[in-house]
Amino acid sequence: MSVDFEKLAEQEYKYGFITNVEQEIAPKGLNEDTIRLISAKKNEPEWLLEWRLGAYRNWLTMKEPRWPHLTYPKIDYQNISYYAAPKKKDSPKSLDEIDPEIKETYDKLGIPLDEQKMLAGVAVDAVFDSVSVITTFKEKLAEAGVIFCSISEAVQDHPELVKKYLGYVVPHNDNFFAALNSAVFTDGSFVYVPKGVRCPMELSTYFRINAESTGQFERTLIIAEEGSYVSYLEGCTAPKRDENQLHAAVVELIAHKDATIKYSTIQNWYPGNAEGEGGIYNFVTKRGRCVGRNSHISWTQVETGSAITWKYPSCILEGDNSVGEFYSVALTNRRQQADTGTKMIHIGKNTKSTIVSKGISAGHGQNTYRGLVQIGKNATGSRNYTQCDSMLIGDKCGAHTFPYIEVKNSTAQMEHEASTSKIGEDQIFYCQQRGLSAEDAVSLIVNGFCKEVFRELPFEFAVEAEKLLSVSLEGSVG
Amino acid sequence: MLEIRNLHVSVADQEILKGLDLKVNAGEVHSIMGPNGSGKSTLAQVLAGRESFEVTEGEIIFEGKDLLELSPEDRAREGIFMAFQYPVEIPGVANTYLLREALNSIRKYRGEEPLKHVEFAKFAKEKMALMGMADTLLKRSVNEGFSGGEKKKNEIFQMQILEPRLAILDETDSGLDIDALKVVAEGVNSLRSPERAFVLITHYQRLLNYIVPDYVHVLVNGRIEKSGGKELALELEEKGYGWVEEEAKKAVND
Repeated sequence: MSVDFEKLAEQEYKYGFITNVEQEIAPKGLNEDTIRLISAKKNEPEWLLEWRLGAYRNWLTMKEPRWPHLTYPKIDYQNISYYAAPKKKDSPKSLDEIDPEIKETYDKLGIPLDEQKMLAGVAVDAVFDSVSVITTFKEKLAEAGVIFCSISEAVQDHPELVKKYLGYVVPHNDNFFAALNSAVFTDGSFVYVPKGVRCPMELSTYFRINAESTGQFERTLIIAEEGSYVSYLEGCTAPKRDENQLHAAVVELIAHKDATIKYSTIQNWYPGNAEGEGGIYNFVTKRGRCVGRNSHISWTQVETGSAITWKYPSCILEGDNSVGEFYSVALTNRRQQADTGTKMIHIGKNTKSTIVSKGISAGHGQNTYRGLVQIGKNATGSRNYTQCDSMLIGDKCGAHTFPYIEVKNSTAQMEHEASTSKIGEDQIFYCQQRGLSAEDAVSLIVNGFCKEVFRELPFEFAVEAEKLLSVSLEGSVG
Repeated sequence: MLEIRNLHVSVADQEILKGLDLKVNAGEVHSIMGPNGSGKSTLAQVLAGRESFEVTEGEIIFEGKDLLELSPEDRAREGIFMAFQYPVEIPGVANTYLLREALNSIRKYRGEEPLKHVEFAKFAKEKMALMGMADTLLKRSVNEGFSGGEKKKNEIFQMQILEPRLAILDETDSGLDIDALKVVAEGVNSLRSPERAFVLITHYQRLLNYIVPDYVHVLVNGRIEKSGGKELALELEEKGYGWVEEEAKKAVND
């Protein structure tokens, strides 16, 4: 059963749809009709609609988890709009028209003017000769045989790949938010790197034109065939606002034999006001499967935004000798909360995992690291190294750690180091006496603290990350 | 260069400095000595701008500017350097990074061009050679794992890099063996110039054998009660501080 738009349009406001089809916004609430609407708008094949409905029916039987170290008001799932067509009409004509506070932040982050225009949604032809930049990019990828497009496009152009791998790492009954995402996802990236190909450049969402919605329920799927390599960058340092408060994305990575996937994230979603109101809830399921021998998946994240961050980018190390890595900097300032970490599941032999987590708490921020290292009974010769460091700025914030270690094979080697430090007034004064402002001092010290993680980021991202941290810590001193 | 008039300073409602006067001109080396608790370190911290010390009365003029109006970083940028008595550790922040940022911050304040990485590295290496310190020091985190003596040497090294107008050394000699003391003294003496002034806060006279002061002041009970030339230091070494306190009491009672 699919929705007959002609009929609906004639009935005008009976179902709450706006008759102007170009600016279609679904009524709030979630039921099977909403899902059918989304699927129909995207012209999806029957199997995908069924998959979505299966996920939705599952979701109805699940209960929202309440075990994290987070406090937030109950989410009314019926009070969310699950589909909105892109708003093309009200894009600003130049940077002078955007919110001056946002412009100020862009400047502080050192974002080049052209990029600022793109971020602000200024019409593309007024930006720069974007056509040539993106065309060159697409040409290079096409030469290499790399597929990089939106997931919606992939469903149309490469359905067999999507069908094979969607849900391969995160099945739709995996958890409450994954089930929700599976039912209503509308956008995201699809990457496929063929056998033996080293993707010629870093892929970032910046170059994925046809970006539709703001990523409320994003679904990303990255497949690296045997012997291939790809580095993917998600997000950017510029703060993003969204009327949709709940962001429940799912990212699935599949690495075959001898393949490597490097996934880097900088997240700076709107964190809410000083009282903690109105910020984004970032509830994400990210998981990678090292399917083949010698495969390698590496997650690097810098989380400075959102009112609440709840995510555990994880690796399932199935192939023998496979490697999983997790490098994270999570900052909570003002009233932000984070419960983040990783799960490293060792199944194959001689598998190796590395976890470096840096939590920074300032203001009234609450920062929690939650990590699981699980060594299966056949995971002979496996090794894990975990380093979990917390830094507290001021005396009203909190840092918490919940490490879980489950070992079922006696040949496993586990190392766990943890530290908690405070930026003392002494250290700040020392830097001030040398000529640095208190804020610069905090920046210096925090960046030193995060060095090991920033080192894992692609160069331009690393530079942006340092600036982002400084901007995010403004007002945390004095 | 520096003029302190009738300075009263309190910490946690207790008055430590009770009307201190001091005048330092460019090119001079002053030594301030005194018994424990007399307020020597307090004076240093107040000059550097530490907030926990409350100035209840008096004024401090530095190069014609009201120092009390300036933030600690602006005082540093105006050319005041303090070698800390207990230098703090800053893990994760390399020495070279802190110093380069600090130096460029000062240069920016003065309207000068910042030094590039390579230029700075060259400059730093020269100074390290002067202080007899290993190159590897630059990459190590500030004071992390340094022995007491190494920390003090690091303070002097930083002074060499930042080239201040007024350098305040807060008990730099405490905890140093003779060899370290000589290196520190050499570092200080090499910076002596007609444009620069030093205030050495010290408990023992020994340092003054190596860094010969122009003036010696005795700080007792929150005030400078006696001033003189370098011979005064020797007199204190011999007789202790008691007689100065006695003299001061008598002067009040007369």
